[in-house]
Amino acid sequence: MDPIAVTCENRPGVPQALTVTQLAHVIRDTIRANPILSRILVRGEVSNLQRAPSGHVFFTLKDATAQLSCTLFREDAEMLGFDLEDGMDVVVSGDVDVFPRRGSVQLLIKAATPAGVGAFWAAYQKTRKKLAAEGLFDAARKRSLPAYPRKIGVVTSEVGAVVHDIVTILRRRYPIAHIVIAPALVQGPEAPASLRRALAFVADRVDVVIVARGGGSLEDLWCFNDEGLARAVAASRAPVVSAIGHETDVTIVDFVADVRAATPSAAAELVSPDATELMARINGAGRSLVAEIHEALRGARDRTKALRERLSPRGLQRGVEANRVLLERSFAALSAVAPREVIRNRERLEGLGRRLDVLSPLATLQRGYAIAEREDGHVVAHAAEVGSGDSLAVRFQDGRIRVHVNQEQEEP
Amino acid sequence: MTEEPNFEESLAALEATVDALSRGDLPLDRALAVFEEGLGLYRRCHAILAESEQRVTKLIAAAEGLIEEPFLVE
Repeated sequence: MDPIAVTCENRPGVPQALTVTQLAHVIRDTIRANPILSRILVRGEVSNLQRAPSGHVFFTLKDATAQLSCTLFREDAEMLGFDLEDGMDVVVSGDVDVFPRRGSVQLLIKAATPAGVGAFWAAYQKTRKKLAAEGLFDAARKRSLPAYPRKIGVVTSEVGAVVHDIVTILRRRYPIAHIVIAPALVQGPEAPASLRRALAFVADRVDVVIVARGGGSLEDLWCFNDEGLARAVAASRAPVVSAIGHETDVTIVDFVADVRAATPSAAAELVSPDATELMARINGAGRSLVAEIHEALRGARDRTKALRERLSPRGLQRGVEANRVLLERSFAALSAVAPREVIRNRERLEGLGRRLDVLSPLATLQRGYAIAEREDGHVVAHAAEVGSGDSLAVRFQDGRIRVHVNQEQEEP
Repeated sequence: MTEEPNFEESLAALEATVDALSRGDLPLDRALAVFEEGLGLYRRCHAILAESEQRVTKLIAAAEGLIEEPFLVE
């Protein structure tokens, strides 16, 4: 059907207005019929790139004065061999088409190659594939970071915000660690060699290394796609955290690093425990220590009480009672202190330890008391328990003797 | 690697003394000894964390080899 020939049936000869759909189809068919608009090559800069969940990729191809919507279907996107990104200078091939539903002219892209920085990208792809094939990106290779690094290496420019941010965050979170800055050039043709050298210098003397750079253009970040640098990162003795450019920039070094951080600040947080949490843990342990020794002392007090009940001779009882009072007092003193104070009162605690020794039955013997036991080991606490002719053992501090009872219950 | 007191080991040892005490099966003299040890570790961990002043150095390749010199931020 030729839509332009459509006429009004009621008024023969008078042209009828087209529907929007009809017009859109006219435009589409006109464009599709024009061989110049098929299988064309277009060069421009990628912008507004969006990846749909379906896998299709949508973006705008632009130059200084014009722009064109582009669609790359999933099957074609998968064959691309590299990831399109905003700002990328590309040459695309495809067909111009019209989507009547949106009334828009689109470039249906079949293939694309990097242009301008394309040489970089070709190298990037080559390196990425090569190192991936060697297994350098494998998750199994990734090392975990030390929980409490003593020395943290930082490979970056010694000027600018990155080194400042990293040091500031580490100072706040984990002042224990010693930071070793290994200065390096982070852009330009000399950068890869400079970064490799800095990494080699620092990796053997620290527990973990941050390799960082602030945001920049594709060309600025290019040195972090260097194959030699990537291999040096993979071979580093200390685990490496990479933080290069913005979160959307992914360099070869990021693939090889043990951990990739979104930003230099995030890298600093990843390598350091939080001192506030650690202090809470230490204080918690201190409180537990005191609580546990309370418990142990309470047990000792209870045992002393039991002992007192079993040892009735008054002199012995007085001795035990005196010690019990001492223990109670020490116990109360200990209860009143927080860990900090406990430390200040360390000497007092040592004294407490000595006093507690005095409470043991053996210490009682050392003070000159003896304990009478029946043959079965039962401690004789009352004179009434013993009859004439009984055999007893009397325990002294240096041994026991056997005695025979020849007279019952004498008045004290 | 460094001569610094090892914070990680001290913290682990501190928590080990708490565990040992919390089992409650130690004789009193031993419990007191463990308590003392724990207090020492507590004090040490506390001091390391509270009193550490961060060292920041810069690695430089000099004629005599690699040297570290103080690095000032700001």
